[in-house]
Amino acid sequence: MNAKGGIKVGNKHYKVRFVEYDDQSQGGRVQQLYTRLILQDKSQFLFSPYSSGLVATAAVISEQYGKIMLIGGGAEGKTYELGNKYLFQCITPADQYLSGAIAELKEHNPHAKVAFVYSDDPFSKAVVAAAREQAKQAGFTEVLDESYPPSTTDFTAIINKIISSGADTFLGGGHYSDGATLARQLHDQKAGMKWVSILVAPDSEKFKTLGAAANGITVPSQWEPQVKYKPQFGPSIAEFTSEYTLKYKDLPDYHAASGYQVGLLLQHAIEQARSIEPDKVAAALNKIDATTFFGRTKFATDPGHHGLQIAHQMVLAQWQMKGGKLVKEMVWPDAARTASVVYPLP
Amino acid sequence: MLGLLASILDGVLIGAVYGLAAMGITLIWGVMDVVNLTHGAMIVAGMFAAYVLVGAAGVPVYATLPIVLAGGFLVGVGLYWLSVHRVIGQPPLMSLLSTFAVNLVLVGLGTAVWGTDLFNVPASLPGFSLGRYTFPGTHLMAALLTGVIALALYFFLYRTRLGKAVRAVSNNREAAELVGIPTARVLALAFGLGVALASVAGMLIATMFPFTVLSGDAYQLKSFVVTVLGGLGNPTGALVAGIALGLVEGLTTPFVPVSWTLVIEFILFVVVLITVPGGLLTLFRRRRPA
Repeated sequence: MNAKGGIKVGNKHYKVRFVEYDDQSQGGRVQQLYTRLILQDKSQFLFSPYSSGLVATAAVISEQYGKIMLIGGGAEGKTYELGNKYLFQCITPADQYLSGAIAELKEHNPHAKVAFVYSDDPFSKAVVAAAREQAKQAGFTEVLDESYPPSTTDFTAIINKIISSGADTFLGGGHYSDGATLARQLHDQKAGMKWVSILVAPDSEKFKTLGAAANGITVPSQWEPQVKYKPQFGPSIAEFTSEYTLKYKDLPDYHAASGYQVGLLLQHAIEQARSIEPDKVAAALNKIDATTFFGRTKFATDPGHHGLQIAHQMVLAQWQMKGGKLVKEMVWPDAARTASVVYPLP
Repeated sequence: MLGLLASILDGVLIGAVYGLAAMGITLIWGVMDVVNLTHGAMIVAGMFAAYVLVGAAGVPVYATLPIVLAGGFLVGVGLYWLSVHRVIGQPPLMSLLSTFAVNLVLVGLGTAVWGTDLFNVPASLPGFSLGRYTFPGTHLMAALLTGVIALALYFFLYRTRLGKAVRAVSNNREAAELVGIPTARVLALAFGLGVALASVAGMLIATMFPFTVLSGDAYQLKSFVVTVLGGLGNPTGALVAGIALGLVEGLTTPFVPVSWTLVIEFILFVVVLITVPGGLLTLFRRRRPA
């Protein structure tokens, strides 16, 4: 961006300066660092930390100082019910994370017996709270509801509980290490699940290092390189993917894509507002209803949900064994489908 | 009923590995009164050593054990001379700060090299099934190897001259020096052994569960609980307490939400601290007649 002269605002060009800190995933540090970003570093716009709990903490600071914060990694929706004016969620909210998995599973097993096993954190709880209702409406039976501390490293006992419950479907997880450990232990302990949807962890390319334990696992995803959107501005999907891969020697996951998306939306809003005044940029963001490489974006503007994402849609990916190699295929919705879903789990 | 039995057996298998990890902490504490806060980092070091040896060097998974054991010992001896030797005999806070600082450096270096990505050691062994419940071979092997290592440690401490020297230093360092035991070298040896045990525990855990650079904290916390339950400075007690803790986890999990297990464990921790501060094994020791 800076090499191209910066962001054009009327006749001016603004160069972008990034300031970043490691919050170590600690709420206390988020509070200190966002205050520092505003007061010491004089940041004019903010990008969110990662995870719903930390976003809620950072939002208190950003709103207090009237700074726009774009959320690329915090899906829980409660934060948007607090009357915030400068928060903008760029990813699909948590309550829709498992709706694709439930819709697809219903096609294969309308009488699924579901075990909800999830991390005891705001994001995972919000996802499962909504999924529980969606599963009930789909006609599934809930046979187990179990949360676990986010620091859990061994799921042996929980998996025995799943087996005892007679479940044939697993929905849940939380973040990276717990989700991957769950997948491996479900496989090692031969839990006999016909369908497994795990949050976040299986989206990472690293997940395939689990080998056979990864085969058949589905993951709700905000974005995958295989999606087929026609952007109104910004790079195409192919451009983003190839540039990212060239720079980082790895395929982008949806966290990388949402990270790019927040910057892209901010740039677009500044250009549309022809100003860097927070109120004018916020007004431009409120008006956005556009499609980029990341998909469609529109923010709720009613005071009860201001900033909540209401247009972006998720996809459902599944790790499938093709020619002895694990590949991630899109299996839902039809518009994004790159392969038929494998059911039951191999 | 079968579910409960499976849960208990699983708990015991995993508990044995927790016990092995705790033996490292308790050995160091018992010999030199040092709480080793690099313990979690050393467990993670064992995990990554296994990962690198298996992934990059193609060493069979369980053949990494002696390499990790020897490597852990050498690193431990090095750490002793680097960060512990000068604070031996100083107030406990000194050794806490010293090992904590080294821990931060090690975790920082690990994060710089590997990030906080997830890693997995591809280990698979045939297990056995009890009805619908399967006990992975990796869990059985980890418990078996823990037993072998614990026996070897017991043999070393009680049947070898060097092991007796370690126990002598543990009992009375000044008296040991008076009879010609080179205490500084014995302390370095004990620290090396403690770190080697932590590393091997890490290697065995890596065969069962995926891990990250930051996984050490959870296992370190568990090790401290086990150490207190087993009695500070008592390696046999640590192994027994590890198995007991696994047993408690196995017994409670089928009946209460999993999130309560940690609460129950810490209640047990506090109760043991108050009622039998010497550890659970003191309950079974015979009182000598007056």
